[in-house]
Amino acid sequence: MVLKEKVIEVLGSVKDPEIPVVSVVDLGMIHKVHLQEGHVSIEVMPTFSGCPALEIIKRNIEQAVESIPEVKSLTVTFIRYPIWTTDLVSERAKQELKKFGIAPPEGHVDGEWHVPCPYCGSVYTTIDNIFGPAACRSILYCKSCKNPFEAMKPVSI
Amino acid sequence: MESLEYRECLIELIYQLADDDFLLAYRGSEWLGLAPHIEEDVAFASISQDLMGHAALYYGLLEDLGEGKVDKLTHDRSPEQFRNAILVELPNGTGTYLEDPSYDWAFTVVRNYFYTLSKKIRLDSIKKASYEPLQQIVQKISIEMSYHMMHWEVWFNQLINSTPEARRRMEEAVKTVIEELGGVFSYGRFGDRMVRLSLIESEEVLKQRWITYLNKEVAKEPLTMKQGNGRNGVHTIHLANALDTLSEVYKSVPTAEW
Ligand SMILES: [Zn+2]
Repeated sequence: MVLKEKVIEVLGSVKDPEIPVVSVVDLGMIHKVHLQEGHVSIEVMPTFSGCPALEIIKRNIEQAVESIPEVKSLTVTFIRYPIWTTDLVSERAKQELKKFGIAPPEGHVDGEWHVPCPYCGSVYTTIDNIFGPAACRSILYCKSCKNPFEAMKPVSI
Repeated sequence: MESLEYRECLIELIYQLADDDFLLAYRGSEWLGLAPHIEEDVAFASISQDLMGHAALYYGLLEDLGEGKVDKLTHDRSPEQFRNAILVELPNGTGTYLEDPSYDWAFTVVRNYFYTLSKKIRLDSIKKASYEPLQQIVQKISIEMSYHMMHWEVWFNQLINSTPEARRRMEEAVKTVIEELGGVFSYGRFGDRMVRLSLIESEEVLKQRWITYLNKEVAKEPLTMKQGNGRNGVHTIHLANALDTLSEVYKSVPTAEW
C-alpha cells in the first residue's frame, strides 16, 4: 500500500469524540492530504467554530498518522476556506448516525426542516431546541414513537 | 497588503468585530445555570460558545497579521485597547453570577437580538467587498449566526407580544439598548478611511438597513452612544471588571502552556 492510502486508512479510525461512530473522513472534514517523501501535511476543515472537540480531533489525527513508520514529519492545520458544510457528510456516515440515534443532516435552514425520526422513520417530528448538547446537534421529538432524539444541524452556504 | 493605511484600518476593524463577540460571549456565559428554563440554558450556552468561536477566528486572523498570540490578545490587553461597543460590555443586571445575580432577561433578549441583527448587517456588507481572508471567516460565521438570529427573534417577538408586564419590561429594555446601539455601528476614528478603502460600507447605510429590517415602532428612536465610544477605547468600568474575571486564571500563571 502506498503511503497516501495508509494515511487515509488511519484517518478513517479517527472518530469525532462526541459522535464515536463516524470518522473525520466520513464527516467530510479532511480537505487535503499532501505528501512529499514522507513529509505529510493535512488540511482539515473545522465543523463548528466554537466546537471544543476540534483540538482533541487534531491531536487524535496527529497520533494516528504519526503511528505510521514511513511518516517523517506531520503538520495538521485547520483551514479557513473552503468551508465545511453538512453536504460533505458521506452516505455511510449518515447511515451510521441514524443507527446511533442521531438523525443525519438534511433539508435547508430557511425552508421547512423535515427530519425523519431515526428510530421509527416517522416525519411527524417537532424541533424542541435548535441548540443541543453539542454545537452540531439539535434536539427533536418524535410524535409517533414519542422518543426525543438528536439531529445534526444542517449547515449550508 | 495594499498599504500601511489599509493594514492599519483592517486591523482596527477586525478588533472591533472580535472584541464585540468576545465580550458578548462572556456576558452570555454568565447566564449559565440562571436562564429562565433548562432548554434556554442549553441554547444560550451553545450560542455563547459559538460567539467565543467567532471571536477566536477573528483573533486568529489578527495573529496572522502580526498582532501577537491569540491568548495575549484576549487576556493581556488593557481595557482602553479593547475596541468593543459599550453595549456588549454592560452587565446582565445587578450582582454577579456567583453572588445575588439579579439578571434582566428582557435586557438580555433585546441586547442579543439587536446585536445579532447588527452583526448580520455588518457581516453581509463585508461579504460584498473587503479583505479576502476576512470575507472567508465572515462566511463561516454567518452560517452559525443564522441560528442565533432565529433564536433571539423568537424570544423578542414572543415577549413583546406577551402580557402587559412583559411588554413594559421589553420596552424599557429596548430604550436601554437603543441608547448604546449607535456604538455598535460606529467604526470610531478610523471610520472614514475604512469606508474609503472598501473594507465595509458606511455607518449610515448599515444603520438604515437595521432600521428597515426591524420596521417596528421601536426603531423610531435614534440609535445613540450614551456612555462613550468603545471603538476609540473609551469604556465603562464594567469592561475592566469583566476583563479582570476573564483573565484571572491566565494572569495567575502567565507563562503556563494551555
Ligand atoms: Zn419515532
